[in-house]
Amino acid sequence: MTNSAKAENALELHDLSVAYRVAGRNRAVLRNLSLNIGQGEAYGLVGESGCGKSTVALTVVRYLPRNGSITGGAISLDGKDVMKLDAEALRRARAESVSMVYQDPGKALNPSIRVGLQLTEIFELGGITGQAATDRAIAMLNRVRISDPLSVMQRYPHQLSGGMQQRVAIAMALANDPSMLILDEPTTGLDATVEAEVLDLIVQLRQELSTSILFISHNLAVVSNMCDRVGVLYAGMLVEEGPTDVVFNDPRHPYTVALLRCLPSGGKRKGQGRLDTIPGFLPGIGADIKGCAFADRCALADERCRTELPLLYDLSDERGKRLSRCHYHDKAQALPRATPSDVAPAPKPAAAPVLRVAGLNKTYASHGHPLRAVKDVSLDLWPGETLGLVGESGSGKTTFARLLLGLVPPDDGGTIELEGKALAPKLENRGDDQVKAMQIVFQNPDSALNRSHSIRHILGRALKRLAGLSGKALETRLEDLVRSVRLTERHLAVKPRQLSGGLKQRVAIARAFAGDPRIVVCDEPTSALDVSVQAAILNLLVDLQSKEDVSYIFISHDLGVVCYLSDKIAVLYLGRIMELGPSEDVFSGPHHPYTEALLSAVPKLDQTEKARIRLDGEIPSAANPPSGCVFHTRCPRKIGSICEEQVPPLAEAQPGHTIRCHIPYAELARLQSSTPPQEVPSSQLIACQNGFG
Amino acid sequence: MSAVQTTSPAPDDTRERGPLAEVLFSLLRSRTFLVGLAIVLFWIPCALFGEHFVPYDPLADDIINALAPPSTEHWFGTDQIGRDVFSRVIVGSRDILTVAPLATLLATVTGTALGLLTGYFRGIVDDVVSRILEAFMAVPGVILALLAIVALGTSTATVVVLIGLSFAPIIARTVRSAVLTERQLDYVAAAELRHERALYTMFVEILPNVIPPILVETTVRLGYAIFAVATLSFLGFGIQPPSPDWGLSISSNYGMISGGFWWTVLFDALAIASLVIGVNLVADGVHGALND
Repeated sequence: MTNSAKAENALELHDLSVAYRVAGRNRAVLRNLSLNIGQGEAYGLVGESGCGKSTVALTVVRYLPRNGSITGGAISLDGKDVMKLDAEALRRARAESVSMVYQDPGKALNPSIRVGLQLTEIFELGGITGQAATDRAIAMLNRVRISDPLSVMQRYPHQLSGGMQQRVAIAMALANDPSMLILDEPTTGLDATVEAEVLDLIVQLRQELSTSILFISHNLAVVSNMCDRVGVLYAGMLVEEGPTDVVFNDPRHPYTVALLRCLPSGGKRKGQGRLDTIPGFLPGIGADIKGCAFADRCALADERCRTELPLLYDLSDERGKRLSRCHYHDKAQALPRATPSDVAPAPKPAAAPVLRVAGLNKTYASHGHPLRAVKDVSLDLWPGETLGLVGESGSGKTTFARLLLGLVPPDDGGTIELEGKALAPKLENRGDDQVKAMQIVFQNPDSALNRSHSIRHILGRALKRLAGLSGKALETRLEDLVRSVRLTERHLAVKPRQLSGGLKQRVAIARAFAGDPRIVVCDEPTSALDVSVQAAILNLLVDLQSKEDVSYIFISHDLGVVCYLSDKIAVLYLGRIMELGPSEDVFSGPHHPYTEALLSAVPKLDQTEKARIRLDGEIPSAANPPSGCVFHTRCPRKIGSICEEQVPPLAEAQPGHTIRCHIPYAELARLQSSTPPQEVPSSQLIACQNGFG
Repeated sequence: MSAVQTTSPAPDDTRERGPLAEVLFSLLRSRTFLVGLAIVLFWIPCALFGEHFVPYDPLADDIINALAPPSTEHWFGTDQIGRDVFSRVIVGSRDILTVAPLATLLATVTGTALGLLTGYFRGIVDDVVSRILEAFMAVPGVILALLAIVALGTSTATVVVLIGLSFAPIIARTVRSAVLTERQLDYVAAAELRHERALYTMFVEILPNVIPPILVETTVRLGYAIFAVATLSFLGFGIQPPSPDWGLSISSNYGMISGGFWWTVLFDALAIASLVIGVNLVADGVHGALND
């Protein structure tokens, strides 16, 4: 960086309009967008997918795809007009003053070049070579809290965990001390514990550097923890802007109000009422918008909203400068609910569990070593109940679900009983009735729905095979099924790719429900969806549950969602149950130190949290699990050698609530009500990392 | 600067056109495809109706005018027994354009079935079938051809079966790798969770999704098949006299080149080249359109 005299704002967008040319027509993506980011400020940009967030990031450095063009307005980066830069100046600006970090670090790093070389390359571009460049690279890795930079530099990206990769990507972005750092969903693909780690790092770096940050995310909680100011984007327009805490606590645009209501946050549970949703869809890109862009989905909208584009009303007060693009900004919070909050009735008490799992194990062979993906899992699932499975990736959640479904055969010895009858380990040996009784909703509907088949074919086939229907009866049931997931007949003729993510997931849910299942496994069904769509899907799952008396096994890394939906929680770590109990008990504690850390890692909208607990390093390899308590290498509450030597039993702390920890329950209660534990020393962190590969 | 985002945030605007229309649209914009198509479309009517519009009977000899150079009367000259080379080249497309597509069809059907089988079942089925196919591919084609023709005698059917079966393993390999990728997708697990039969899952669930690579491989193979038919005919194992087949004509006339009678060979050679190039251009275009 060479500018000595800094401009007042690191980034100024003035009346910016961007369009993509599709099928010979220019379609507006950003509409007269103006925003400023001050020096050293962190600005959050939020909104649903498709509202133009990423386009803003790309436009700032004029990185638009070939069919994109800036149709009006000005971009000023550190006082320089980006529109007027020639190719060489633009290259220099990209190399020196702006950096970007993208969502998927695995794609941002070159898989076939060692990390060290990729880092030094940046310095070489700036004229620093040889040992000097290496030293700078080491310094950069130290700065992003990588404790063993020399060994990390010798590795290829795939040898690093997701969190480490993202840290390397951030190190690369910060290498030239940019004045502007653009973070485009930097933690979206990461586990909650890793996300917390990366976010902490960014917070720390902000204190050390003067870099301004444009933080793009769909996760309101993350933005509220990271940013000074926030802008809410809708259909390429800024609809609300202001200091983060003010906007989130006192929103003045119906869209912001609605977004906040969709979140299953604050420990809200399904018994306390349904989530609110946002009806309708985002206007398509290039749509002709006459009045307020949100009018079609807003219950407050009247004639004026549909015909007259609201100005950005200035609502600045003593809490800071803020804007809202709503005619009725003073009434925004009175937005009526789109979904009534009526509570789903609690399940009828049943005499026997629908599913009994005892001593279930799964061992894979990995380079001659046994890899125990699931170890000694036993649990019961009652009719109409939801069991939430939580744990970091690699904890065996999905393997466990696949064992139940029979997609993967378990080791000999364990038993799975469905309604009192033992299930064959292999799917092909199970009876048709047993197969249709247990179905799954996969995480990614693009993979789960055959792209060559129409929705009618997909659902029709499921009804034929699972419900044994044909002809007229099938048609009638198909219509019912489609209506029960709130799709219409119109959707039947199309192929999956013509539907949005939320609609595709509804089809997947309908398919799982085709044969009146007893148990539906939901494997992260909403992780790819926007919050408003997620809320609708969660409501749908709750409705179907109370109507069909079905049990769910719900896998998710989003603890807010798990908490909302689950009656019972199982916390898995390295394929072992660490804690199992009723949802309220597990969440409110006292709980296992691992559960405590997981909960602590979740970014919360209200910043009233206590000091957070951080889990450093990554989950150890299941091929070589730690001795004693498998969690001892990362446990912030480790009490001594007993943790390393003896496997703690899964002991009953309270009726129905079991915890696998050497610390007695009363002691856990005392510890967790007082001080947060010490951080794990970083030497242990290195030990964990070296356990990899 | 960190890396460039690979996927453009450009909107998905395919709602207005189906996937098939999308492919057709991009094919029609591909110059490669259009040139290839023009060449192939030139030869197809020649093969079908050539006999009816050529100026001379391609089989009629005319010893007096033997080895006449190209002239207004005989555009491409005449061969050593006075047959009109132009008429022979035009009508000569008939056999090759029957045999090569039939052989390719056979290869595609067999190869697709084998590829689906190995890719779907994996494990022992895959190991056994794949090793057999590899062993088959390891035998030199000419030796295989000689053996087959000695055993079965020369006939068009033999040539079709021979080329078809020797190309099948190559197509099987392409299909297998595409199926292995599809096999990992959750819709296959969903089919298992409906207790679908393996054949249903293979042919109804997976097959439609592996059509694009099959289509590309088939067009590429067609080019090779044309070449293989011409080669076999040249060696005398393929299409038999008196057919005006190109490979056969070259084989019976190439001795004349040294005597300066180039026209007896050149036009047949150009015909083979043009058809092979045409088919390969089409294959390139299809590949481009499907992998955009």
